[in-house]
Amino acid sequence: MNRITATFLKQKSLLNIFITAGYPALDSLPTLASQLFEHGVDILEVGMPYSDPLADGPVIQETSSLALQNGITLQRIFEQVKLIRQTEKDAPIFLMGYLNQLLQFGPEAFCKACAEAEVDGLIIPDLPYEIYQEKYQSLLKTYGLAISFLVTPRTNDLRIKALDQACNSFLYIVSDNSITGGSKDQFSSSQLAYFKRINSMKLKNPTMIGFGISSKKMLKQAGNYANGAIIGTAYLESVKRGEQSNFIKELTQQNL
Amino acid sequence: MMQPTENGFYGEFGGAFVPEMLYANVEELRQNYLLFLESDGFKKELADLLKHYVGRPTPLYRASNLSSHFGAEIYLKREDLTHTGAHKINNALGQILLARNMGKTHIIAETGAGQHGVAAATACALMGMPCKVFMGEVDIERQAPNVARMKMLGAEVVPATSGSKTLKDATNEAIRYWIGHPDTYYLIGSVVGPHPYPDLVARLQAVISKEIEEQLVKEVGVEQPDYVIACVGGGSNAAGAFYHFIENKKVKLVAVEAAGKGIDSGESAATFQLGTKGIIHGNQTLVMQTEEGQIIEPYSLSAGLDYPGIGPMLAHLLHTGRCEALSATDEEALQAAMLLTQKEGIIPALESAHALAALHKLSLKPKEVVVVNLSGRGDKDLGTYMKHFNL
Ligand SMILES: Cc1ncc(COP(=O)(O)O)c(C=O)c1O
Repeated sequence: MNRITATFLKQKSLLNIFITAGYPALDSLPTLASQLFEHGVDILEVGMPYSDPLADGPVIQETSSLALQNGITLQRIFEQVKLIRQTEKDAPIFLMGYLNQLLQFGPEAFCKACAEAEVDGLIIPDLPYEIYQEKYQSLLKTYGLAISFLVTPRTNDLRIKALDQACNSFLYIVSDNSITGGSKDQFSSSQLAYFKRINSMKLKNPTMIGFGISSKKMLKQAGNYANGAIIGTAYLESVKRGEQSNFIKELTQQNL
Repeated sequence: MMQPTENGFYGEFGGAFVPEMLYANVEELRQNYLLFLESDGFKKELADLLKHYVGRPTPLYRASNLSSHFGAEIYLKREDLTHTGAHKINNALGQILLARNMGKTHIIAETGAGQHGVAAATACALMGMPCKVFMGEVDIERQAPNVARMKMLGAEVVPATSGSKTLKDATNEAIRYWIGHPDTYYLIGSVVGPHPYPDLVARLQAVISKEIEEQLVKEVGVEQPDYVIACVGGGSNAAGAFYHFIENKKVKLVAVEAAGKGIDSGESAATFQLGTKGIIHGNQTLVMQTEEGQIIEPYSLSAGLDYPGIGPMLAHLLHTGRCEALSATDEEALQAAMLLTQKEGIIPALESAHALAALHKLSLKPKEVVVVNLSGRGDKDLGTYMKHFNL
């Protein structure tokens, strides 16, 4: 059984943490990651810093440009993931980035490097699922890589079903019409209604709610409607303050 | 005519590579734009505005002094004489009518030099719609007069503080804002962005080549020009000037990009020469980028040409050999601006001066009919001209 399937069989609300590789220092990723896993984080999402991250808010933009200034490259990210894999054998690791990065590295070389680093899946927000199916699906399959697609409050049911068909890991439920970030500390009733609607669709993939999750309360709410939640911006802000250890401790205690 | 496939591809270029958060916005536009653009009511209203508000048709002027200088028949398509002083207004008015027809009440736009920002703010003032213009912090400083014009027109100028704080980042910011505000209409300024924008903007700028064609037949008595020359930032004035001639292989199409301090200087915006296939602002095209696909900040003295991508339609025309790409350095453009001013009494925009600079690089024969698209006037560049010519 692959890591993704095994992880989603756990009878708990899963926590997925997003880290911008190369932030705050070039080689921070392995250290931050092992701290996350020690605290019981279930899935790691590694952000591949990009010069023009269209789907991202100010915090991920800033961490990405600092990481690029620090000298992060895809090659280094693969090496760092290999390091993480020396100790962490079970947790799924996803890479998140933009299609242009994959294209310039070479789609096949990229998938091969992912497989060698034991990456489990990809999240490429600007890769339309139709193009994925036409051009990349078989390549990812060859290298044993899964893919996740985003769903938003404005994605209609027909399209959600199509995305669910194309997806083979988890559907990434974007909590609001927004880029990453946001500072609310609880979901609105319309957001909850949207989560409920998705949850009742009986999709084939598990779901995780992400974007703008910053509090224990939201994490718990997300667990009521999905298989778990993804936290990026709030975590990176805690890294910036040097308080990531407490931040994760609090989240995971509540989460158990 | 040059139309993309249903999914917005011109050959291998174009498409809509947008995150799901943007999908519904772009899809709404895709489903509506042709419906309105091709309706009689829309066509009539736009034609009316173009005639009475913009001052179209713009003259096709035979530049006789320049013609003797270059030994060919040089004609200038006078987009500089439009209201607001550049071709950008053709697009802004078309899109604002589209926005209104789609029931949108708020407008956002991006701008580099401020010409498109001014055009968008003008269209919004005319229609009584609130307007936010995203502009890189660096450009806000470089282009103070246009910032003041936008403000006077009632637009809010929003500084883009991410990345390199210029046009590409202003575009990113506009797109991000649009994600969070799906009820706004994003009035893009060039033939760039995800499908259907490149096609939409090309159609709205196509009025330029339509007029050139008619004017050549009626006023000059020739069926077609031998050359059409236009400068290229994102590519909208070039797309407009080429549009109706694309099928006519007798017409040579020349796109002139900014070589900045020289193609190999590391400071240029020569996307045709230095770009490789990649993705920028939601479409696949030629992009100036690093080996790992990080987008490079371009340079040109002219703020309207320093864009690291190029409209997908132009990338396709170049790729298929239908269009020739030339470049002009800052210095060549400045000299060309001075030449036009002194020979013809016309001060061109620095962007348009790049197109004029290409006249030196073609081996023109007497009697050959050359149309240069004079995309804008030079008022906004006076500061630059003062500095470089010690005026
Ligand atoms: C006068 C003028 N010409 C040309 C351009 C370049 O844009 P495009 O390539 O879309 O025509 C600009 C952009 O600001 C401009 O102001």
